[in-house]
Amino acid sequence: MTPPKSAPTQPEASETDLGYQAAQAAYDAAQQDTNMVQIVAPDGSVVRPDLLPAPDIRLALYRQMRRARHFDERGWVLYRQGRLGVFPPFGGMEASQVGTAAALTKNDWLFPTYRDTGAALTLGLPIARTLAYWRTSPHGWHMPADLKVLPFYIPIATQYPQAVGAALAERRKGTRNVAMAFIGDGGSSEGDFHEALNFAGALNAPCVFILQNNGWAISVPTRTQTRATDLSRRADGYGIPGVRVDGNDALATYHVTAEAVDRARRGEGPTLIETVTYRVKPHTVADDPSRYRTEAELEGWDAKDPVLRLRTHLLQEGLMTEASEAELLAEIAAEFEAALQEADSYPDPTPAEILDHVFAEPTPQLRQQRAQILAEEQQ
Amino acid sequence: MVAAINDALDIALGADETVHIFGEDVGVMGGVFRATDGLQAKYGVERVFDTPLAEAAIVGMGIGMGLAGLKPIAEIQFAGFLYPALDQILSHVGRFRHRTRSRYHLPMVIRAPYGGGVHTPEQHADSPEAILAHTPGVKVVIPSTPADAKGLLLSAIADPDPVFFFEAIKLYRSVKEEVPVGDHRVPLGKARLVTRGDDVTVVCYGGMVEVAQKAAEAARTAGIGVEVVDLRTLVPMDTETVLASVAKTGRVVVVTEAPRTGGFHSEISATIAEEAIEYLRAPIVRVTGFDAPYPPFTAIEDVYRPNPVRVARAIKQVMAY
Ligand SMILES: Cc1ncc(C[n+]2csc(CCOP(=O)(O)OP(=O)(O)O)c2C)c(N)n1
Repeated sequence: MTPPKSAPTQPEASETDLGYQAAQAAYDAAQQDTNMVQIVAPDGSVVRPDLLPAPDIRLALYRQMRRARHFDERGWVLYRQGRLGVFPPFGGMEASQVGTAAALTKNDWLFPTYRDTGAALTLGLPIARTLAYWRTSPHGWHMPADLKVLPFYIPIATQYPQAVGAALAERRKGTRNVAMAFIGDGGSSEGDFHEALNFAGALNAPCVFILQNNGWAISVPTRTQTRATDLSRRADGYGIPGVRVDGNDALATYHVTAEAVDRARRGEGPTLIETVTYRVKPHTVADDPSRYRTEAELEGWDAKDPVLRLRTHLLQEGLMTEASEAELLAEIAAEFEAALQEADSYPDPTPAEILDHVFAEPTPQLRQQRAQILAEEQQ
Repeated sequence: MVAAINDALDIALGADETVHIFGEDVGVMGGVFRATDGLQAKYGVERVFDTPLAEAAIVGMGIGMGLAGLKPIAEIQFAGFLYPALDQILSHVGRFRHRTRSRYHLPMVIRAPYGGGVHTPEQHADSPEAILAHTPGVKVVIPSTPADAKGLLLSAIADPDPVFFFEAIKLYRSVKEEVPVGDHRVPLGKARLVTRGDDVTVVCYGGMVEVAQKAAEAARTAGIGVEVVDLRTLVPMDTETVLASVAKTGRVVVVTEAPRTGGFHSEISATIAEEAIEYLRAPIVRVTGFDAPYPPFTAIEDVYRPNPVRVARAIKQVMAY
């Protein structure tokens, strides 16, 4: 039997274009999009002076971006030294994570994916706990009592409907707290993503949905993922506002997110924010991206670096000097090393811990299984 | 083992134009485990293609393709990510023949890497085979050797009904053996006697077979003859081979790495209890995971997944009864 000829479901993969050019072209096209909110251009010049956040906010964002970058860079080294497990890097996406999470307060909810270490750190997840999580230690699952951050979500898109529920609960309780959930461009193909957006709109949930479009879902460029070219417009289908923002411009991501958070607090409902960014790094530290793109093609990404962009801006505006920056970097490095020591001091879990926290009261079966583990340890 | 699977898929694509392979990262990248490596380059993007990231749609689309006469082979990147597709699976995959009185049937294969032993993140090490085995109308296959992986996969593809094909992640690169060339088939529903022995029957499958084998070796040096039965397929289950072995040994250990309560090990145990109780000289002992999510904690992951020591202990226990 000969199958019917149909239109190709995706562009031909050729030796020269293994998806990389598609992802890069989509990023570049979005940068030309006049609807995309941008405050500082890649060269550091201010394109929307009217939207500039206050100087102290700009400096605070820079500090958080540097903390996030430091974690990402030290994380690689620690991984190579065998002191951190496999983790998904986010270097290059700091503006997308820091600028958005910085618009929350500690009373708000954060539903991060595995990629969103930078967002969690920004809201206040301690570095030591974050290191512990990526070390595969249960100590990484103990969230501080004053934070409503969930452990990084591994299954994709499940966090979106949950954020709607948390947001509705806050409204029922009469607070002005909001819930923020993250997802990738790939994750936005899942049914849960669409169901959540629809629920949030229909129920007017105080939710802020961040869709980080970093060009990739492992090896699949956004162009293969969907025929849609502007993912912020997915909001239209659910009757909620959609905003497209330059995901490498921390001032812009902060500005649009703060507006969305305000709207949600005022009871005006959810917003979908697409941050247009790029995954410069591999999918995880163990991924081999040469299967779908060549590292040489990444040349030129430095010029789009979100951390350097804000740095240029702050230096140009005289809000920071090289000397004050050096002080900041030293402080951040010291904070990290202290946190690393703390993480190093967490004891290894004991065997019976695999059975902890399944139920409030262990079932008879779990009690028996614990006894079995303890007995086997003796032998 | 992953090379054997790639070989089987290559043969199937070459032999039958209706065969289509799709899933997340199966195309350009050749799968996160390389099971589909090179197949898109060889057969084109219409027959081997990357889908958007949506398991329900992967399975649902596969159902439609299968109903309409294609041979869909879907890959779910990790068995722990089958869950978004459970509506399609539980509501539909196994029911078409029944609900259309065989007017339509679903010749679909769904491949999914499963199980632990390689220190993966949360939910990547799940063993959800019992959920599928509990779903009427679907077959469940779990190979334990490269030759079986190839032979069973080719049989699954040739099968007119839907087949879930679980591949133990631990075995992908750790086991190597010569694999018969060409269209090698292993029939579904036939268990394999891995070792022969007169004293204890160990029933297992997939990633647990090499664990049971090691325990059997240790037992042999202690003078205990262990018959390791590799089920190969849970549905249909080769009850005959299992019962014949039990009739000979009278002692049974069942090994899986799935959580304990409600696992397929319970089904195996119940079948033996129903059909062969008069042969049993000791209570059946199950060696399983625990009633907790599979731990991603590298330092203690190995406590969860049965190891040869735990199986050997169970063998001793049934011998001592
Ligand atoms: C439900 C589910 N299916 C598949 C996977 C395997 N997986 C992990 S990351 C990934 C790609 C995700 O891409 P995207 O949503 O764009 O996020 P990014 O990794 O780029 O941040 C896939 C397929 C998963 N974790 N969960």
